[in-house]
Amino acid sequence: MDGDDILHLHDRTPGVRHGEATADFWTYTAGLVFAVVLTIMSFVVAKTSLLWGPGIPVGLIVLAFAQIGVHLVFFLHMGTGPDHTNNIVALAFGMLICFLVITGSIWIMMNLHANMMPMPHPMGLR
Amino acid sequence: MSITSIADIAPHHVAPGRGGGGPAPTRIVVAYGFWIFLLSDIILFSGLFAAYAVLSSNSAGGPTGQELFSFKTAFIETMLLLVSSYTCGLGALSMERDRADFFHLFFALTFVLGAAFVAIEISEFVGMIGEGAPPSRSAFLSSFFTLVGTHGTHVTFGLIWLGYMMAQVVAKGFRGHVKQRILCFSLFWHALDIVWVGVFTLVYLMGGR
Repeated sequence: MDGDDILHLHDRTPGVRHGEATADFWTYTAGLVFAVVLTIMSFVVAKTSLLWGPGIPVGLIVLAFAQIGVHLVFFLHMGTGPDHTNNIVALAFGMLICFLVITGSIWIMMNLHANMMPMPHPMGLR
Repeated sequence: MSITSIADIAPHHVAPGRGGGGPAPTRIVVAYGFWIFLLSDIILFSGLFAAYAVLSSNSAGGPTGQELFSFKTAFIETMLLLVSSYTCGLGALSMERDRADFFHLFFALTFVLGAAFVAIEISEFVGMIGEGAPPSRSAFLSSFFTLVGTHGTHVTFGLIWLGYMMAQVVAKGFRGHVKQRILCFSLFWHALDIVWVGVFTLVYLMGGR
């Protein structure tokens, strides 16, 4: 292992830090605690009438985004450091594509559905 | 290792990763490339999520989500995957500190939790097919099986990869490229957990209500 470590040192590009420490035990533990709390909140919100009925889907989406944020920061270590600039840009682009695919599909299909002529057999596709 | 990294930081005054100080090290380039792959995988899932969101109300007179989904099962699955993500992170941490014993302990735990997740999901699928809710029953069920099944397939391949990485550590020890593969695996595993957050929210919580 020692020899390998030295090899690894010589292998690196000049001028760049070796093995930047990104996380420790408490990062992961804090992430787990936050994620468990948010998960339990999601299930409670969905199961009980804690939130106003029609607002439940919105509440669930907000909780899901919060939990995705917790996973990105505490488990995937998305940070603001210079090493992460490219990762963050890629993430932003990926989120844009996901947003376009999901909302675009739902929007177009809702429109088609609303403008559909009434059919004699609504379940005729069986 | 910590001593060498402190010695490394000291002579270096230019911010790395911004064009100063030469090209980025392999570790960062590999993680970036793998991150691009993961994002493309998430975009694949976004298509399946969109299909499910559009089709979930079209049950064609067959069973609906309210009748099929169990909150309890979904909660157990969610917790299994979440804790396996945690143990996977601790395994990667043990690897960074060159502790092979802890690495094997945490990755074995991750494997057990992931395998339990897949087993519960398979028994759920078999139960649904037995109850007259196979993928061919309705558009809702087709999109459900495609979305959740694709995620389950990813977890299954992740388990194979996990076993392979444990074997590589036994055979080769913590070499540079083995460490890179383990880091890529842990990114993959955490990304699967992110996708599952979307699945349990959209499918089980919104659909099973």
